[in-house]
Amino acid sequence: MGVGITVEHLNAFYGKTQALFDVNITVLANRATALIGPSGCGKSTFIRCLNRMHETIPEARVDGTVHIGDLNVYNGTSATQLRRRVGMVFQKPNPFPTMSIYDNVAAGLKLSGFRNRKKLDEVVHKSLHSSALWDEVKDSLHKKSGASLSGGQQQRLCIARALAVQPEVLLMDEPCSALDPISTGKIEELIFQLKEQYTIVIVTHNMQQAARVAEFTGFFLLGKMIEFDKTEKIFTNPSDKRTEDYVTGRFG
Amino acid sequence: MTGVAVLTVALVLLPLFAIFAYLVYKGIGSINLAFLTQTPKPVGEPGGGMANAIVGSMVILGIASLLGVPLGIGAGIFLSEYGRNRYGDIVRFVSDVLNGVPSIVIGIVAYGLVVMRQKHFSALAGGVALAIMMIPTIARTTEQMLLLVPQAIREAAYGLGVSRWRTTLSITLRTATSGVITGVMLAFARVAGETAPLLFTAFGNQFWNWKMDQPTAALSLQIFTYAISPFDEWHRQAWAGALVLIVLIVGAVAAVRIVVRHGTLAAGA
Repeated sequence: MGVGITVEHLNAFYGKTQALFDVNITVLANRATALIGPSGCGKSTFIRCLNRMHETIPEARVDGTVHIGDLNVYNGTSATQLRRRVGMVFQKPNPFPTMSIYDNVAAGLKLSGFRNRKKLDEVVHKSLHSSALWDEVKDSLHKKSGASLSGGQQQRLCIARALAVQPEVLLMDEPCSALDPISTGKIEELIFQLKEQYTIVIVTHNMQQAARVAEFTGFFLLGKMIEFDKTEKIFTNPSDKRTEDYVTGRFG
Repeated sequence: MTGVAVLTVALVLLPLFAIFAYLVYKGIGSINLAFLTQTPKPVGEPGGGMANAIVGSMVILGIASLLGVPLGIGAGIFLSEYGRNRYGDIVRFVSDVLNGVPSIVIGIVAYGLVVMRQKHFSALAGGVALAIMMIPTIARTTEQMLLLVPQAIREAAYGLGVSRWRTTLSITLRTATSGVITGVMLAFARVAGETAPLLFTAFGNQFWNWKMDQPTAALSLQIFTYAISPFDEWHRQAWAGALVLIVLIVGAVAAVRIVVRHGTLAAGA
């Protein structure tokens, strides 16, 4: 089951440049929450703070509090422990190129020392089903490399790989921006199903996509969270002028 | 344009084939069972072989690889994953300088480090000398190959909750395997034919020796000794030894390639 996320007074920096300013947000469990905003507004930085990927960049740092379920992300939780509970799907599909499809999905478990073959088979099977890829790859699980799939398939493989470690939250950083409309449609459908079991936070450039998949939407501008509300409200009756300008296409 | 390309390829390959053909022409006649199974005969006696030198070369190269490959790969990992700073720059600079140090000087270093202490020449000393020569080549190629692995691949592993060192070993290094192996084989092939650093480390031996702390024969040393001798029989054997050495190197490189290809899934297969 998914868990909720609470973010309080989050500031993020790249060296001396501040990228996020005092972000506060509460994300409900088992819902999809979309983050929109023009390029460079900090939405990617924001979700990278949720699973502590931000700090893998040299000289990047964060202050503020983030709670994911009962975990205090920046206090008393190790990054590896956290990331097992908060999966991530990246902008560009990034399967491990030298691994087979099976090994890609099993990688998270195998590399944390999990070796039970039967259990692994089960998890791989289930994850590929959940990411709607099973039927396309079931005959070549061990024969084909992850890199040999099409872009859309690769992205679903990456989703399966993230699901295999059984996270509670799934972060998606513009997961469809490198995909064609048909693959995008498949991923969006998938997000709909995944909501039942996971809390989803999705960064997107595409406002229609936010409107289609998410119950809640947050609008970022210049590192600040301008408005956060039900998706309907953001797109039909936003309370901030800047949000209105953005969603009606007056800038960005 | 294509014509020029073909011509340059031919020009590049020509010396290699010329050397190999000449070696076969000069050496093949002296290769027989005795050459591959017997030790050298005293001056004046015909026959005998280089079996002890063939085995000695393998032992010395084995020691060199055992020491040099892990150190070189380790240094390469440091440079690429942790060395994007001043310490890394120092290591890079030192390693490039080490790469340019004449091999005979490295032989002297191994002499001081191992031979002086043990009080006699040994296979171990020869291995240490060759290992020192392998390290910079392996370190720099490993670094380059690891840097070619996209950051996105590392991030994918971090995102799954895989620790940094585990990511480096099981994801980054594994993705770069074929390139790293190329670097290792390059270093191996380069030192396999080295003579100068062995002159006063392994020293050479006319007899069988199975102890790592005793003077040991090596093909390159044996070729050197025989080639500068005044005897026709020894000259012929030197040619044969050179042919065996080159075949061993090509064989080792090919064998490693085949094993690695079997072990990993080719991308796009």
